[in-house]
Amino acid sequence: MTALTGTVEARPRIGLDFWWLPRALILGLLAFAIFGPLANLALWAVAERWYFPHALPLEYGFSFWARVFSPRGNAMESLTNSIVVALLTVTVSLALAIPAGYALARLKLPLRRLILLVFMIPQAFPNLPVYVNVARLFYEIGLNGTIAGVVLVHVTHGLVFAVWIATASFSAVDIELEQAARCIGAGALQAFRDVTLPLAMPGLMASAIFVFLESLDEFTGSYFVGAPDVNMLPLLLYSAGAGGNYQIASITALLLLVPSIGFMLVVERFLKADVLSRVGR
Amino acid sequence: MSKRLLGLVLVLPALAVIALLFLFPLGISIVGAFESDRRYGLGNFEKAFALYSQDVIFTMAIVGFSTLVIGTFSVAIAGYLTLGENPRAVAILRWLYRWPMFIPFIVVGQVLRTFLAKNGLMNNILIGASILTPIQASGFLDWRGIVIAFVWKQTPFVTLLLAGAMASLDRGTIEAARNLGASRLRILIEIVMPQVATTLVVGLILSFVTMMSVLSVPLMINAQSPTMITADIAFRINAYGDYGVANALGLISLGVTACVAWIYLRQTMKERS
Repeated sequence: MTALTGTVEARPRIGLDFWWLPRALILGLLAFAIFGPLANLALWAVAERWYFPHALPLEYGFSFWARVFSPRGNAMESLTNSIVVALLTVTVSLALAIPAGYALARLKLPLRRLILLVFMIPQAFPNLPVYVNVARLFYEIGLNGTIAGVVLVHVTHGLVFAVWIATASFSAVDIELEQAARCIGAGALQAFRDVTLPLAMPGLMASAIFVFLESLDEFTGSYFVGAPDVNMLPLLLYSAGAGGNYQIASITALLLLVPSIGFMLVVERFLKADVLSRVGR
Repeated sequence: MSKRLLGLVLVLPALAVIALLFLFPLGISIVGAFESDRRYGLGNFEKAFALYSQDVIFTMAIVGFSTLVIGTFSVAIAGYLTLGENPRAVAILRWLYRWPMFIPFIVVGQVLRTFLAKNGLMNNILIGASILTPIQASGFLDWRGIVIAFVWKQTPFVTLLLAGAMASLDRGTIEAARNLGASRLRILIEIVMPQVATTLVVGLILSFVTMMSVLSVPLMINAQSPTMITADIAFRINAYGDYGVANALGLISLGVTACVAWIYLRQTMKERS
């Protein structure tokens, strides 16, 4: 540590800062608390044999990965289902959220704040009792146990992110650019398509990723509406874990984990401060 | 006027989804809670309390305690991020704390189930480091496991909100207090916290609601009695198809949440007036 030139040091500093001892201890404990469980997951994913009282796996290998990714395994089916459902959820959510977000950002709506709050409701109430009854309703109209049914449940749950972020990204677009396009003869739709939409795209991408992850990770709704006909990754993880097959469960968990952590690392690239500061306004 | 109409037309489909797929089933759930044997009454609630009153208390205690712990940790972390004077330590902490935020609950359940078990990696490491003897080792897969799972997953979220609010505070008052010789702990408690209290409460209430409705964590970490209301609801439906008692339990958890929201609303009203 070098003392900054020009500052007056009250005490002469020697090379070492002893505050690093408690700091390192606390940061180390925190790192253990966060990465310990994750390391454990990674170990289970590559453990061939691991039982008490051995602290570490006895044998490492990828035979369980081969089993998970074998064409006949039900993991591939779950993975495909999960991705199809998540992509459909993103499509439907954005189809609903882009018009709604534009209207909430640009057009004078009565009760605008109340409308924004309505989208919050599915996050603000315990949703288990609701899913239970959605499953019963869907059963009566033949939607239970279908991809469409699961997609609808996920859309409801993810719509708050889609609408709030879409609203924020449309209001972050400079309205004068739109007006300029209108002045040189563009129609309302053309101005939206050629000016507003491209400028709002990074924010809309962020909301799409949010909705995708929310759908990929959703358990409760899939459990009641999807199972046992539509197998999804979280359901596979649950049943593998319940059956004591920790390798399969850990590999599935890892598959769910990677997109989530990847997104955490890049979220700031998509969600710029100008959009972020407008979320929920 | 036509602009207003256009706006409503554009918002309507999204609102309809919420109304049809959330508010409507929510209404059914509330009505269904009072309906047993085709008659309306409190029968479901009597049954729910007779069978599950212990679980209701257990749930409230666990979620309440987790909320307190989450609050404490997030104040400590966000406070250090704002007031910490060593840029390197602040940078490490900022990088470190948010890892669990986007990890889904179902993965948290699986990860902690293997980590906290009696023969899990945590005890193995502690035994390996001679901090514990094999006889002292015990599993954490009971109420402690649920609390740890909730705190692990929800603390980063509340911290993120809180650190954001703290970052937008006026640095001038903090610097002034620091120049006058106030300790950083005192600045955190007396200057920073009062200004960001609302953000903290909002974050904690959102966490509270989330924890009240998580099904995977109690199912995976602690499915034996006493367990959380959500696990009971799932059990009631899967084992007996008993929607009446399940809906009554659902309404009880809604009621608990509503109480928390009411406390929050009353406080903000008091602040405004």
